[in-house]
Amino acid sequence: MNSDLPRGANIGVSQSEVSIGQIFLEFLIIGATSFGGVVPYLRGSLVTKRHWIDDKEFVEMLSISQSLPGLNATNMAILVGEKLRGALGAVVAILGICLPGALIMYVVGMFYRSHGDHVWITAALKGVAAAAVGLVLSTVVGLSKKSLTGNFDFVFMALTVIAVNRLHQSVPRTLIAVGLLAILFHRPRKPQKESVAS
Amino acid sequence: MAAFPEMKTLTVDVHNWLTFPQLIHLYSVGQMAPGPNMMMIVPIGLWTGGVLGAIVVVLAFFGPTAVLTFIVGRLWNKLEKWPWRQSIQQGLAPVSIGLLLAGCFTMAKGAIFGLETATIAVVVLLLLLNYKINPALLILAGAVIGILSFSA
Repeated sequence: MNSDLPRGANIGVSQSEVSIGQIFLEFLIIGATSFGGVVPYLRGSLVTKRHWIDDKEFVEMLSISQSLPGLNATNMAILVGEKLRGALGAVVAILGICLPGALIMYVVGMFYRSHGDHVWITAALKGVAAAAVGLVLSTVVGLSKKSLTGNFDFVFMALTVIAVNRLHQSVPRTLIAVGLLAILFHRPRKPQKESVAS
Repeated sequence: MAAFPEMKTLTVDVHNWLTFPQLIHLYSVGQMAPGPNMMMIVPIGLWTGGVLGAIVVVLAFFGPTAVLTFIVGRLWNKLEKWPWRQSIQQGLAPVSIGLLLAGCFTMAKGAIFGLETATIAVVVLLLLLNYKINPALLILAGAVIGILSFSA
């Protein structure tokens, strides 16, 4: 346990010794390499490579991100940055993840004011989109293995997919409807044999 | 992406900062760029207000939600001992992963339309499940195959 807690850090959440520079750098890398979608790269960097959070925490933060307005990418940056180094961590994380894309688009803006649609961009995008489908699927598989509590959770997963894809419900509505069911399913049980008092 | 219709209404129709074809083009290029999708707003800020405009759009677009998320994150941490917190976390986990999957299916509807795209998706999935490869490389490979297959 660290005795030297950074100011503004959360008591009770496991402290880390990750530096501000490391947070900025890692999110900069994510921001610069996350082609085809950000969530898989967030997981690859933060969970698999750096072990700053585990898959359960990852999905927990993802849930919060999805429930709030704003992009998942930037919400996740704020939450992870905050967990590691408080407000400053959150700021450098979101800065890091936005900077590369912003700079690239800045350059694009300088040169493409009156440019028509380039055939190559459209063609490349088709390949990118197809590859991105495979990427997200692999992330779903990985997360399902690590972050679910029991086999029944697949029912809730299926209900979510049905609600959004078949019944065309909005994300907020689905979150509330299926979420409530799932939360009730996982409701706190009377402790029968509590081994450790947290 | 949910912001797109509103963005079109405001930037194209109300303020005439750019045309609809320009907006769509920016969106496509923004998709190719790494990082958060919505960096397409940077050129809009640039064309309208120079460097300052570019900075302002980023602050305006990401600022408010960043603050909200930060506050909610802090509140969530304070609730660590609350029994229902674990229920919420366990309950929302399958829903969150389900949302990812649902988004993937929505993407697939448009993205998978023939042998080439289906193959790309399946190969990428299998490679990522079985080997440790940087996904960015696979996405870029997809882009190259796309150019080879689809430039008329």
